[in-house]
Amino acid sequence: MAVFVYAENINGVYKKAAFEAVSFAKAVADQAGDTVTAVSVNPTDSSDLLYKYGASNIINIKDEGLKNFSAKAYAQAVSEVANGNIIVFPHTTDASSIAPMLAVMNGYSLITNVLEAPESLSPFQVKRKAFSGKGFMHAKAEGTGVIVTVSQNAFGVKENAVSGSEEVKNLSVANEDTKVISHEQSSGKLDLKEAEIVVSAGRGLKGPENWGMIEDLANVLGAATACSKPVSDIGWRPHTEHVGQTGKAIAPNLYIAVGISGAIQHLAGVNSSKTIVVINSDPEAPFFKSADYGVVGDSFQIIPALTEKIKALKG
Amino acid sequence: MKILVCISSVPDTTSKINFTADKSAFDKNGIQWVINPLDEFALTKAIKLQESQGATVTVINVGDAVTEPVIRKALAIGANDAVRVNLDPKDSFSTAKEIAAVVQNGGYDLILCGKESIDYNGGSVPGMVAQLLNQPFVNASVGLDVNGSKATAVREIEGGKETISVKLPAVIAGQKGLVDEKDLIIPNMRGIMSARTKPLQVVEPASSEVKVQGVSYDSVPPRAAVKMVSPDNLDELVRLLHEEAKVI
Ligand SMILES: Cc1cc2nc3c(=O)[nH]c(=O)nc-3n(C[C@H](O)[C@H](O)[C@H](O)COP(=O)(O)OP(=O)(O)OC[C@H]3O[C@@H](n4cnc5c(N)ncnc54)[C@H](O)[C@@H]3O)c2cc1C
Repeated sequence: MAVFVYAENINGVYKKAAFEAVSFAKAVADQAGDTVTAVSVNPTDSSDLLYKYGASNIINIKDEGLKNFSAKAYAQAVSEVANGNIIVFPHTTDASSIAPMLAVMNGYSLITNVLEAPESLSPFQVKRKAFSGKGFMHAKAEGTGVIVTVSQNAFGVKENAVSGSEEVKNLSVANEDTKVISHEQSSGKLDLKEAEIVVSAGRGLKGPENWGMIEDLANVLGAATACSKPVSDIGWRPHTEHVGQTGKAIAPNLYIAVGISGAIQHLAGVNSSKTIVVINSDPEAPFFKSADYGVVGDSFQIIPALTEKIKALKG
Repeated sequence: MKILVCISSVPDTTSKINFTADKSAFDKNGIQWVINPLDEFALTKAIKLQESQGATVTVINVGDAVTEPVIRKALAIGANDAVRVNLDPKDSFSTAKEIAAVVQNGGYDLILCGKESIDYNGGSVPGMVAQLLNQPFVNASVGLDVNGSKATAVREIEGGKETISVKLPAVIAGQKGLVDEKDLIIPNMRGIMSARTKPLQVVEPASSEVKVQGVSYDSVPPRAAVKMVSPDNLDELVRLLHEEAKVI
């Protein structure tokens, strides 16, 4: 039962989500008594990075035509080299765009948002997130071929070094339907979905001019920043920072919520966080019921003080 | 131009999610159904194209008769007509197949979807429809313009945005940003009245192949009781995060 995994890279550099997907694939392969083959499109990173997490074969697709992303062309390319019964993807934006197309192309079952190693291999059954994090589903695949996408920060990155070898495949996949016109990447910003720590703020902050202290706290923690929905609706922060049921679902190790009430729709996207800290002036704020640690007080005093104390801890 | 908007009927966002006693299914008791919030962005975008380019907008839902109020709401928002495929969908693939079958008979130039539905969070139907129709697919779209047989879509990427030119027909899956939240259309009385007489065609499913089954469901276990820390003792909070939770 050959296990394949899509090792996503950005501009040639593997994402943390790729290492997590390889870690997951290795767990599946161990269950199946087989090995992991990783597939990557135009990587520049060293293959050693994938051996480290358990991929023993690596197929590097080289294709100038795939310099720019196209879900359809990438699905085509992956399908040409990944002929396993199980193909693992991370649940990133790009990978979760390719996976459904590939599933149809190969006639495979597709199970997305997977949280844990499979409960059984035949039939293939696995636990996944559902109802925007308000519940879990145990999903069973019909038939033999299965594609899964692994929810980010759920399974974790697990070192499991193997010795491996790399193969380069030159492809030239037709990519005529879509053309990238421009590409803007804000450099230096931590990817919210990959971040281990997220500092998030809501309408309690009163205005966009007060986000400096949130960014300062995030900086000392090496964290990404996020916000509640009304904050991005009013335009205080970009849409990309909106977390919750209708925004991004995240699962960092630490989520610090400042001036956020904890409405059910907000919780839905963040309650998979391992540790939750809530800072709110209202002792009745519903968020305290879903928190591990709470502080009742004014964020305008608490956040700068907390930032100083963490800075001191980090020396 | 003919636009098809795929809408899903989902539990409203305030719903507490419960499962049946034997955990084999989602418990639909007492649930209010709404248009999947991400689909509303797609629907509003379609109505804007209807206004600016004279497009016709058809909504499609794969669902049993229980979903008709949600379809009527989409008509009240401004869609011209609707198709319901009479099947309580069991997985993303069966849903996608039904939508693709309707598209094949209808000749649509643009298929708009929400990026994922907030119930089963498959995020799979749009990409599957695109592949079944052999059309290009842009996911996580936060901007869209149509110009003749071409569209320009903006998609969200990790840490940025990408602008793409797409040949039509194509499948675009949207989210907030495709239109602004403030531009979402709330149906008025006239819309609601006219929705009652707009055509809603019910078609029987073309196939019933299922690829994934929900075997059982669990609720999220409750968190341990919150530990409150005094705002005058933030050293204690830092200690707890460092020594107890070990997250900093
Ligand atoms: C269809 C739909 C989908 C939705 N999806 C989402 C979603 O994905 N994500 C999301 O976040 N929301 C979502 N919502 C909105 C959600 O219901 C809440 O309205 C929202 O989460 C509230 O945001 P907030 O907590 O920032 O603001 P508020 O509810 O205004 O709360 C602000 C909080 O800040 C506190 N505060 C005020 N001043 C201070 C101070 N100085 N220091 C500390 N605390 C202070 C207040 O006590 C209050 O608790 C959705 C709603 C709907 C209808």
